[in-house]
Amino acid sequence: MRHFLDFEKPLAELEGKIEELRRMSEPEGINIADEVAKLTEKADRQLRATYTKLTPWQKTQVARHPDRPKVLDYIAGLITNFTPLAGDRAFADDAAVIGGMGRFQGRPVIVIGTEKGNDTDTRLARNFGMARPEGYRKARRLMELAGRFGLPILTFIDTSGAFPGIDAEARGQAEAIARSIEACLEAPVPLIATIIGEGGSGGAIALATGDQVLMLEHAIYSVISPEGCASILWRDAAEPADGTSAGLPTAAATAAEALRLTAQDLLRLHLIDVLIPEPVGGAHRDHAATLTAVSEAVAAALASLDGVQGPAIRARRREKYLDMGRDVLS
Amino acid sequence: MSWLTEVLRPKIRTLFSRSVVPDNLWHQCPSCQQMIFHRDLEANLKVCTLCGFHMRATAPERLAYTLDEGFTRIELPKVPLDPLRFRDTKRYTDRLRDAREKTHMEDALLVAHGSILNHRVVVAVMAFEFMGGSMGAGVGEGIVAAARLAVLQDAPLIVFTASGGARMQEGAISLMQMPRTVIATRLVKEAGLPFIVVLTDPTTGGVTASFAMLGDIQIAEPGALIGFAGARVIEQTVREKLPEGFQRAEYLLEHGILDMVVKRTELAATLARIIGLLRVKELEAA
Repeated sequence: MRHFLDFEKPLAELEGKIEELRRMSEPEGINIADEVAKLTEKADRQLRATYTKLTPWQKTQVARHPDRPKVLDYIAGLITNFTPLAGDRAFADDAAVIGGMGRFQGRPVIVIGTEKGNDTDTRLARNFGMARPEGYRKARRLMELAGRFGLPILTFIDTSGAFPGIDAEARGQAEAIARSIEACLEAPVPLIATIIGEGGSGGAIALATGDQVLMLEHAIYSVISPEGCASILWRDAAEPADGTSAGLPTAAATAAEALRLTAQDLLRLHLIDVLIPEPVGGAHRDHAATLTAVSEAVAAALASLDGVQGPAIRARRREKYLDMGRDVLS
Repeated sequence: MSWLTEVLRPKIRTLFSRSVVPDNLWHQCPSCQQMIFHRDLEANLKVCTLCGFHMRATAPERLAYTLDEGFTRIELPKVPLDPLRFRDTKRYTDRLRDAREKTHMEDALLVAHGSILNHRVVVAVMAFEFMGGSMGAGVGEGIVAAARLAVLQDAPLIVFTASGGARMQEGAISLMQMPRTVIATRLVKEAGLPFIVVLTDPTTGGVTASFAMLGDIQIAEPGALIGFAGARVIEQTVREKLPEGFQRAEYLLEHGILDMVVKRTELAATLARIIGLLRVKELEAA
């Protein structure tokens, strides 16, 4: 059963009709195959039309789509010999952060990613992809390991943000994130970060401070969630930003627009390096094609850094971040 | 000057003076509710003379409290204004203009060089009074500039933090200030200089999760609220009552996140002592 988003309703109806026709026995005088082909074409056109002009708020929903490929899907599809590594050596293993070693296109790498889970049990086990300090400390440990053995680091980011919990604060969530950013910056090996779904604030940048930051076409990356931003600036995220009359976008949708959180906007602002196109209808409709596209983009990013490592790559990464934002003129 | 201001103003002033003056001369402590005479409060660096409650100090006050007389403020690098053309109920450019008028500061950070009890230092102070001390490109650039100045002057960098976090109106640009300010801390440390953080009330969000937690020495003022996530967000997420004193300086000290909690009145002396102990090199040279 496919999960449809609100704005995909007309599409859901069409696809439902096609499904119904397919299941019907051939009645007198109607050629079902023809009818199905016609409706399929119409559905395809509609899908294309919808997805070429998604609003930032619609992209937010696509980025959070439950069927979207998750970090574990990328690892299963892109990494051979994957060998998970656990624990921060101090307190616990954080299941929200997956880490380990393996081979990407034959080359040994360290992989780190935030995993949201894909059903109730795994979501709870993974804390919905919201990492605790242990997760960032594990990430830092693995980045240091990568540095020691000269392995490139691939990170995959899909998180609404770092976990806002009492335990997380008590164990130094802020310090853990800061140290993880520092580890990204200090790594003497290439670090390729890919935002595959939600890039939620500090919890994302903790793993996404890379030489090359890649982002899927309908992923989002933001300093605050649109809902969080709306509740601060307009109080009620579900109500329209300017009054309560029906038909207006909600404050969250307005905030999504204002925050410039889409891959297209971030590329224009030079805050990310590469935009990876998604299959028509979004990554959730075609996992295989998405994985191929990400694999190619990551390979290209790695190739662009071939032979740069040690102090040189560190200096280059620093330069990149120090220059960031300076060239954007208002 | 028109006749209106010349003739009417003095009269209005006398009308108001009787009720206005006592308010300005006496301050009520928000903690113990006692009235404190303004001169006593200022002499005690905005710390309640009765209960020891630390009231928030502005960035210029901080500089004056911390540095010996004769320090120099530096001008901070210009950054692109409102690159996102952000607008909520107000334009970001208008919010910035209002904040600048109100505080006479360019952004939520002041940087100065001078000395603390004769130890040369560079000090960066965040201004909570400027848009909640939020960190955008201006603050990020200022922290980088402060680090470069410290390296140039071969002086320790001391940062006083006070911030609600990242500046939403700058979207992901504000997020990028986290790695940028972390780089600043590396520059100072690699030059063999102490990087000291003094966390003041309140310090939260992206500022805490970047340079503010990377000090060689982590100091906080008594009672300061320090954390990553806001209390309201945590309460809504975990649906639990927050423990007594949660995210306060003393709580962080107990949890191993700080080196010490220091009263404002003892801060300058403490900083000078730390620098004196860490900077053997400076002493030998002198």
